[in-house]
Amino acid sequence: MIARHFGIGLAIVFAASYALAQGMADKGGTDKRRSGTQDMGRALQKMQDDDTANPGMLFVQLGGELWGKAAGAAGKSCADCHGGAASMKGVAARYPAIPKGADAPVDLEGRINLCRTANQQAGSLTSESREVLALTAYVARQSRGLPIAPPDDPRLAPFRTRGKELWQSRQGQLNLSCAICHDDNAGKKLAGVTIPQAHPTGYPIYRLEWQTLGSLKRRLRNCLVGIRAEPYAYNAPEYVMLDLFLMDRARGMMLESPGVRP
Amino acid sequence: MANVLVNAPKTAKRGAIVEIKALILHPMETGFRPGPNGRIIPRNIIERFTATWNGTEIFDMEMSPAIAANPFVSFFAVASESGTVGLRWTGDEGFVVEERVAIAVE
Repeated sequence: MIARHFGIGLAIVFAASYALAQGMADKGGTDKRRSGTQDMGRALQKMQDDDTANPGMLFVQLGGELWGKAAGAAGKSCADCHGGAASMKGVAARYPAIPKGADAPVDLEGRINLCRTANQQAGSLTSESREVLALTAYVARQSRGLPIAPPDDPRLAPFRTRGKELWQSRQGQLNLSCAICHDDNAGKKLAGVTIPQAHPTGYPIYRLEWQTLGSLKRRLRNCLVGIRAEPYAYNAPEYVMLDLFLMDRARGMMLESPGVRP
Repeated sequence: MANVLVNAPKTAKRGAIVEIKALILHPMETGFRPGPNGRIIPRNIIERFTATWNGTEIFDMEMSPAIAANPFVSFFAVASESGTVGLRWTGDEGFVVEERVAIAVE
């Protein structure tokens, strides 16, 4: 009898923590999507949740400094136009998007670089440089806890479709597509590691393997190298298309940026 | 570009054991890795981390190349009097970072 009660208690605790982790994504337990956070060990989850233990917060702090610092020929800082960080709330949850006057979508990093070249008249930042990671982390941090909400812009549809095609097409010497691992075999093991469902809930992420913060682009390149395909160039539109598709696939899931991953 | 995150309680009861946690941005380059040009990247690590409470040393740690980037250190101290905890990281290439946090003991 005692054992039985214990079992029920455990089940309730599990259900409660599961619901908590699912956040707003879970509508009555029918949503089978899992953030990578739920497959991590307890220690890493605590590391991600503690703002003084999450190394991603070092970059957020750095991003806060850059936010207020004037750059480029215009002598303007991000804060001069946008004001405080509060103005960035929800931005990371809806990117990639098509900026005003353009006809192709850009990701968050691309948007920051657009602002730099057009408004600050400074050079664009190199992918994976400390500055661009710090600024994206700072902006993304303002959306932590918000559901992923891609915009309902009909112009995005063809790019999203192309992203889905890329996701489903086999490539590389191993002749694998993203979908084979992350849709068909997610939750199973690849060597000792659980294959995640690959929802972009925590980008930019602090990956312990990298010992630094990295973008979704870097993570995608990682997978491409893993299946022995040639990664797209850093400025390739394919990353934005995949990002668009993945954000739509994770619609409603909670943003955790900056995430910590093993 | 020093960047530090310190987590210490603002107040503590006299005689209580408090935990102080410190995280710092640092590449901790081992000195064993070849760079893209095939040459060894020179070692660049934090060599020493020390903590003082009102000037008295309470914690001292020697770091090695095997420690990962952005080292996170957590240690305990007995709160005997109000004061300032001084944290100091020193390392290769003249790296010195100091950070202070105040703890009020009641």
